Amino acid sequence: MQLSREALLRAYRQMKLIREFEERLHVDIQTGEIAGFTHLYCGQEAVAVGVCEHLSVEDKIVSTHRGHGHCLAKGCDVDGMMAEIWGSREGLCKGKGGSMHIADFDQGMLGANGIVGAGAPIAVGAGIACKIDGKGHVAITFSGDGACNQGTTFEAMNMAVVTKASCIFVFENNHYSEHTGFDYAVGTQLDIASRAEAFGMKVWRGDGTDFFSVFETMREVLDYVRVPGNGPAAVEFDTERFFGHFEGDPQRYRGPGELDRIRETRDCIKKFRASVTGAGLLSHEDIDAVDAEVLAAIENATAKAKAAARPTAEDVLTDVYISY
Amino acid sequence: MAKMMYRDAVVSTIAEEMARDPNVVVLGEDVVGGMGTPGGPEAIGGIWSTSTGLFGKFGADRVIDTPISESAIIGAAAGLALSGKRPVAELMFADFIGVSLDQIWNQLAKFRYMFGGKTRCPAVIRMAYGAGYNAAAQHSQAVHQILTGMPGLKVVMPTTPADVKGLLRTAIRDDDPVIFLEHKALYGVSGEVPDDPDFMIPFGHARLSRAGQDVTIVSTGLLLGFCEAVADRLAAEGIGCDVIDLRTTSPLDEEAILDSVEVTGRLIVVDEAPPRCSLASDICALVSEKAFASLKAPPLGVNPPHTPIPFARELETAYLPSIDKIEAAVRKVLSYR
Ligand SMILES: Cc1ncc(C[n+]2csc(CCOP(=O)(O)OP(=O)(O)O)c2C)c(N)n1
Ligand SMILES: [Mg+2]
Repeated sequence: MQLSREALLRAYRQMKLIREFEERLHVDIQTGEIAGFTHLYCGQEAVAVGVCEHLSVEDKIVSTHRGHGHCLAKGCDVDGMMAEIWGSREGLCKGKGGSMHIADFDQGMLGANGIVGAGAPIAVGAGIACKIDGKGHVAITFSGDGACNQGTTFEAMNMAVVTKASCIFVFENNHYSEHTGFDYAVGTQLDIASRAEAFGMKVWRGDGTDFFSVFETMREVLDYVRVPGNGPAAVEFDTERFFGHFEGDPQRYRGPGELDRIRETRDCIKKFRASVTGAGLLSHEDIDAVDAEVLAAIENATAKAKAAARPTAEDVLTDVYISY
Repeated sequence: MAKMMYRDAVVSTIAEEMARDPNVVVLGEDVVGGMGTPGGPEAIGGIWSTSTGLFGKFGADRVIDTPISESAIIGAAAGLALSGKRPVAELMFADFIGVSLDQIWNQLAKFRYMFGGKTRCPAVIRMAYGAGYNAAAQHSQAVHQILTGMPGLKVVMPTTPADVKGLLRTAIRDDDPVIFLEHKALYGVSGEVPDDPDFMIPFGHARLSRAGQDVTIVSTGLLLGFCEAVADRLAAEGIGCDVIDLRTTSPLDEEAILDSVEVTGRLIVVDEAPPRCSLASDICALVSEKAFASLKAPPLGVNPPHTPIPFARELETAYLPSIDKIEAAVRKVLSYR
C-alpha cells in the first residue's frame, strides 16, 4: 500500500530523530557529563518506527535497556527524554530513572527495562487487558536476540498463547548480546521466530534495516492480532547496532571493517532516502529539510537538558509511599 | 606480597584454584566473551574483567560462556555441585538474583539440610553489587540484606584485594554454597596480597582496620573506606574508633563486635542496603541483647533511605551513606553521656 507524502515524511522524521538523538548522545557521553550506562539504538531505527507508526496511544509497548528508539517512536517527548538521560529533575522520570528506565504512560509506553527478559511477561499482562477491553488494541514487547534466551521470555510466549493475549513479540536480532554472538547463544541457529512458532504462534520475519519491510510486515501482524480471539503473534527483524553494547564498549568482537560495512549497506536512513527519492515520492530537498529541522530539535533538547534544574537531596524522598 | 587490583585478585584466585583442582568450573554470561563473533573467544571478556584469560588456560569445558539465562546459570551450578564439580558461577550484576532467586534460595541453599545431610553443595556464586556508577534502580543494589537472612547460604563481602584472595579461596574450597559479593566500585582498588598459594581467610573472622576506645564502627565493602576516613578525622580530635570490617555477614563474627562494644559502649553500623530488616538493624539488635550492660548510647544504623536507588548523580550521592553522615552518627552516639 502506498504511503501518503505526509506519512513518509513523518516516518522519516521519526527515524532521523532517533538517529540524531543517539549520535548526539554518543558525542556528549564522551565529555563525562552524562552519568550511568547508556545503550544506543542507532542502526535499528526502522524497527521501532516501522512498528510504532501503526500504533495509537491506546496500544502499549514494553521496551528494553536499549529503549531510546522505542520511546521516541512511541511519542515520548524529546526534551523530556534528553533531560532524563542528563539526570535532570525536569526529565520524564524526574532524573530518577535515567537512560534505562524511561516511561511515559500517557503515550502507551510502559517502560524501558534494565532487566533483560523482564519486558515480555509485562506485555502479556497488557495484552490480556487489551483482550478484555475488546477494542482491538495490542501490547507489544521488544526483545533482543539475547533476551530471547531468558526463561521469562519463554514463559511469556506460552502464557500469551494460552490466554490468547492481544500481544506481539517483536524480536530485534542485531546478532549480538553484549559481547556474545547470536550463533553461539541461540540454540535454534536459524532464527528466533521459529521458537515462537513452536509455542504455537503465527510468526513473521522482516528486514529490520528497511523501514518498508518492517512497516508492511507489521501491517499484516497487526491486522491479525487486532482481531479479538486471534491471540498473540511474533515477528523477527534482522537488524544492526551501529555502536557498542553500551557507550565505552571497545567492540573487539566485531570483524574487520564490519562497522563501516553495516553503516554503508545496512543503514535504514540511507536506504529510505534512496528508495523514496528513486521512486519520486520525496525529493532530496524534502529530506534535507527534515534533517535540518531534526538537528535543530536535538540541539534544542540538549541545550534545555544542560540548563534544566538539577535534582536535590530532598527529591530522593518524593514518590515514596512508605518511609522509615 | 604482590600489589594487585581487587578484580585481579578475583581472576588470579579462580585461576589458581582451577589449576589446583580439576573439578573447579566457571560459568556465566560473557565469562569468555566474543563467543560466536568474528572476533572469536576472548575477543573481549566480561564487563568487569573478572574472568580474563581463564578460557585460554582451561578451555571450553571448564569455562562455560552461557546465554542470558540467570535461572539456568544458578540451577546448572547447583546441578554441577551435586555431581562432583565445584562451580564458580557469575551473575554480572547482583540485582539479577531476582531472575534466579528460586535456584539460590529454594534449591542450593536447602539441599544439605533438606536431604537429611546426604549431600553437600560446593557452589560459589559471585556477583558485582553496589552503587557508585549511577546505574540506577536495577543495577546498583546491595543484596546482602536479602541473602544473609537465608538459612543455608554463606555470604562473603570482601573489602580489600587481600581479602578477595583469602576469602575467595576459602569459598571455592568450601563444601557448602557461598555467595561472594564483589563491590563494583572497588574493582579498581589496589592492595598488597600475600603470595602463599594456600593463603585463606576463614569465614566469620572480622578484621580490625582502625583501633580506638570510644566508638565501634561496623561495616564492610565500599563504605568501610568511608568509616576509616571518619575514624581518621576523629582521631585528630582525640576520639578513637574501632573500625570493624565484617568480611562475612554469614557467618557473623559476633565476638569481635561484642568485644569491641564492651570497651567502647557505643556502636554504629554502616550498611549500604535500606534500613528495615537490615545488617545494621540485625547487629544493633544483637548488641542490645548481648552487650546491654556495656552500652552508653543506643546503637545506631547508618543506611540509605527505604527507597529504590535513584539515577541522577545528585540523587545517588544523597541516597548513599556519606562520610559526613557517618561522622554525624558517631557524634550523635558520643553525645550521650
Ligand atoms: C537479567 C539480566 N541479565 C543480564 C543483563 C546484562 N545485559 C544487559 S543488555 C545484555 C545483552 C542483551 O542482548 P540483546 O537482548 O540481544 O539486546 P541488545 O543489547 O542487542 O539490544 C546483557 C547481557 C541484564 N541487564 N539483565
Ligand atoms: Mg542483540
